[in-house]
Amino acid sequence: MKISVIITLKKDVLDPQGKVIHQALDGMGFDDVNEVRQGKYFEIDTSETNPKKAKDKVEEMCKKLLANLVIENYKIIDAQ
Amino acid sequence: MKSAVITFPGSNCDRDMDVALKKFGFKNKMVWHQDVELPKSDLVVLPGGFSYGDYLRCGSMASKSKIMQSVINFANSGGMVMGICNGFQILVETGLVPGVLLRNKYLEFICKNVFVKINDKSNIYFKDISSNVLELHIAHNDGNYFCTNDQLKEIEDNAQVAINYCDPEGKIEEPFNPNGSIKNIAGIFNKEKNVLGMMPHPERMIDPSLSGEDGSYFFKNLINNLK
Repeated sequence: MKISVIITLKKDVLDPQGKVIHQALDGMGFDDVNEVRQGKYFEIDTSETNPKKAKDKVEEMCKKLLANLVIENYKIIDAQ
Repeated sequence: MKSAVITFPGSNCDRDMDVALKKFGFKNKMVWHQDVELPKSDLVVLPGGFSYGDYLRCGSMASKSKIMQSVINFANSGGMVMGICNGFQILVETGLVPGVLLRNKYLEFICKNVFVKINDKSNIYFKDISSNVLELHIAHNDGNYFCTNDQLKEIEDNAQVAINYCDPEGKIEEPFNPNGSIKNIAGIFNKEKNVLGMMPHPERMIDPSLSGEDGSYFFKNLINNLK
């Protein structure tokens, strides 16, 4: 079973990389962009077949390693 | 006095730290990250470097290394644990000290000497250092200290800020903040002040040929206070 996770920076956390990407886009002529926030995307392939159990495990992975909850939010977007 | 320096894959200041600790009288042992038990130590040091290539988040993988459970237990039982640079990043990932270290505000790798003001001397690390300002070296990509407002209040209420970036006279102002850290924070303690995390490298300033000697005050003081 494959599960996807998206990690994003919390709203109040400065994202200098997102800012620079925004500036670059602006310089390229994409001048209608309001803001860019950079995040991370994970695809986790697990041998767990029960979707609920798999999702719970991935949630535990997010809390323990994949995300730092002081600055990041995680979203489990997919279980298939 | 016995010390232990943990080497992670990608640590690159572990040997400098070994040299510095020995120079000031510590009997130091190097400990591999896959070891389970710490040798008997009065001080454990997590050195600088780029453990696990800074993958995922700086220090995140190293904080889950086998040896870290022993380091956490040692710290929780009152043992002295110090994390320098990447070691500081590892400490925040374990939760032993609050906050996180984000990418530097201007996205540059910063490698230069800075001045830091000693904010608190009611602890073993800085107790008898006569000067209030030290010139130390920083070299990092991710030293931008960040924490939530609630955490900041708690840190300040408990006087957990160890050192702040400042000018040579000790003025803590924005122009002397190299990386965007909240309130120019360069190093913090845990509540009990036995765990210290800081971005500057005292081990790089222990000899006149290494552009400065202010790190010597730090190590001399540390071993004297541990005796």
